[in-house]
Amino acid sequence: MSDALQDKIPTFGGKGQKTEVGIAGGASALMGGPSRSAFEIAIIALVAVVIIGGAELLIRLFEVPLYIFPPPSAIGAALISEWPFLWPHLVTTICELLIGFSIGASIGFVLAAVITQFPFAEKIITPYILLLVTTPMLALVPLLVLQFGFGWEPRIIAVALASGPMVMINSATGFRRVDLAKIALAKSFGASTLQIFTKIRIPMAMPMIMVGMMIGSIFGLLTTVGAEMVGGAEGLGNRLNYYSSMIRMPQFFAVIVLLATIGITIYVIFFLIGKKWTSWES
Amino acid sequence: MNGAAGAVSDAHMPAKMRVEQASKIYQTKSGGVHALDNVSIDVREGEFLCLLGPSGCGKSTLLWSMAGLHGLTSGKISLGSDVINKPHPEIAMIFQEANLLPWRNLGRNIELPFEIKKQPPNRERIQKLLKRVGLEGFESKYPRELSGGMQQRASIVRSLAVDPSVLLMDEPFGALDAFTRDEMNLLIQEIWMETGKTIIFITHSIAEAVFLADRIVVMSARPGRIANIVDVDLPRPRPVKLQTTPDFLERVEAIKAMIDHRPNS
Ligand SMILES: Nc1ncnc2c1ncn2[C@@H]1O[C@H](COP(=O)(O)OP(=O)(O)OP(=O)(O)O)[C@@H](O)[C@H]1O
Ligand SMILES: [Mg+2]
Repeated sequence: MSDALQDKIPTFGGKGQKTEVGIAGGASALMGGPSRSAFEIAIIALVAVVIIGGAELLIRLFEVPLYIFPPPSAIGAALISEWPFLWPHLVTTICELLIGFSIGASIGFVLAAVITQFPFAEKIITPYILLLVTTPMLALVPLLVLQFGFGWEPRIIAVALASGPMVMINSATGFRRVDLAKIALAKSFGASTLQIFTKIRIPMAMPMIMVGMMIGSIFGLLTTVGAEMVGGAEGLGNRLNYYSSMIRMPQFFAVIVLLATIGITIYVIFFLIGKKWTSWES
Repeated sequence: MNGAAGAVSDAHMPAKMRVEQASKIYQTKSGGVHALDNVSIDVREGEFLCLLGPSGCGKSTLLWSMAGLHGLTSGKISLGSDVINKPHPEIAMIFQEANLLPWRNLGRNIELPFEIKKQPPNRERIQKLLKRVGLEGFESKYPRELSGGMQQRASIVRSLAVDPSVLLMDEPFGALDAFTRDEMNLLIQEIWMETGKTIIFITHSIAEAVFLADRIVVMSARPGRIANIVDVDLPRPRPVKLQTTPDFLERVEAIKAMIDHRPNS
């Protein structure tokens, strides 16, 4: 690795050379976004109230049957009344997502860090990673169920397979942004390969790593729920199947509210982490 | 002041750093690039040496070898009795464009060398240096919040904080505007006079070289050779307005003629 760098004297071009085109097409699209004032947040909340209130009103006005679209008040009531039965499933879904994502993301991250150091290996492996990224891992669940039964294993494997490649491919884009001058700087102070990695390469790649984590975890959530619907005896996905087969639509929508909450929480967490660690990019 | 490719040895003072018959050929897909050809220099203890030459003549190549950042094809570089084949703690490098890490604030940028060397930062020295270059109180600022001149001053503090005895500077002020450049040249002259460091400074501005240097090593292009070594015995401290005196301009002209009249260019 160090040999590859040794002879290259960096030219100092324009300041912000951003050439990478990741899956996300750049960190700022996901991580940045305009920051909002209190006034804007108030408007956003107001819009939510109008939508929910409007839906309530319209559904009651046109007497839409409960099994087609329940009014928000019924969904809220179902969420509260079903909570004792729902929360274990919520915990299952979150655990599967967390475990599957952690495994997939760690492997993806390590693979990206290693593979980008060996351009030849990278060229060979990248098409296969792309294959993993583009193939819906949900399709594997029936196969995995045959192998592992209806337990949590197939779901966790599917989640890891769905999120890992996303993390890998975006992190690799980040790790490819080598700044020879910064690496030379660290070296000139006697930095070891490991120190160059932790003090220069990782921070440099962080914006893209964050993008990968965010997309990977959202893909993970999709796959978790899908896998639970396809082959699971528990979890929120399983509840969706259950309530829809019973035509218990308020409860069905209550589950959707929970899923939306998980998704938004993931977004907010990575938004906050990204804001702290990658703000230097903008 | 005669053109010589051989060693420029000095009987009176021991060499601080010695470059002996350094040659470097870069291997590229389209063949070898002969960047440096048989260059020998004795750098004196505490001197301000400028490396001057046209773009692509191998100045950076030479400096990076002196920093131990890459190897030579043949030849030898030594600091005292140490052969330089990897970065040496006594040698610090200052890069073109300050090369600060954008994800660290100024204070943490300056502490980077200590972190790498696994030493506690010498806060007293850092504070003194920050004050010296006029950056006191800017520690929590991020590089993007600072002007180019301020960034380069911070990078000088970063290098000096670990107290090296040799400073290698690769066109450090090349990206700055003329006013800031004059200011930085004055500052680096003062710091050099105060600290007695040995400075090797790359530039392709003849005036900058004459203003700063005790000696100027004039290099010729492809393959990089030493064309001439010029002593600059102007008294110090040298004020900015020195640059408009006839004596100064004459020296600049003389070096320009030297480069223009180089054979086979
Ligand atoms: N990694 C490399 N591979 C191949 N050729 C190189 C490499 N680095 C530099 N060169 C070539 O070696 C020669 C000397 O380069 P070097 O960067 O040392 O010149 P320089 O005097 O510093 O130029 P400048 O004033 O433009 O910075 C140039 O012709 C350059 O193209
Ligand atoms: Mg150069």
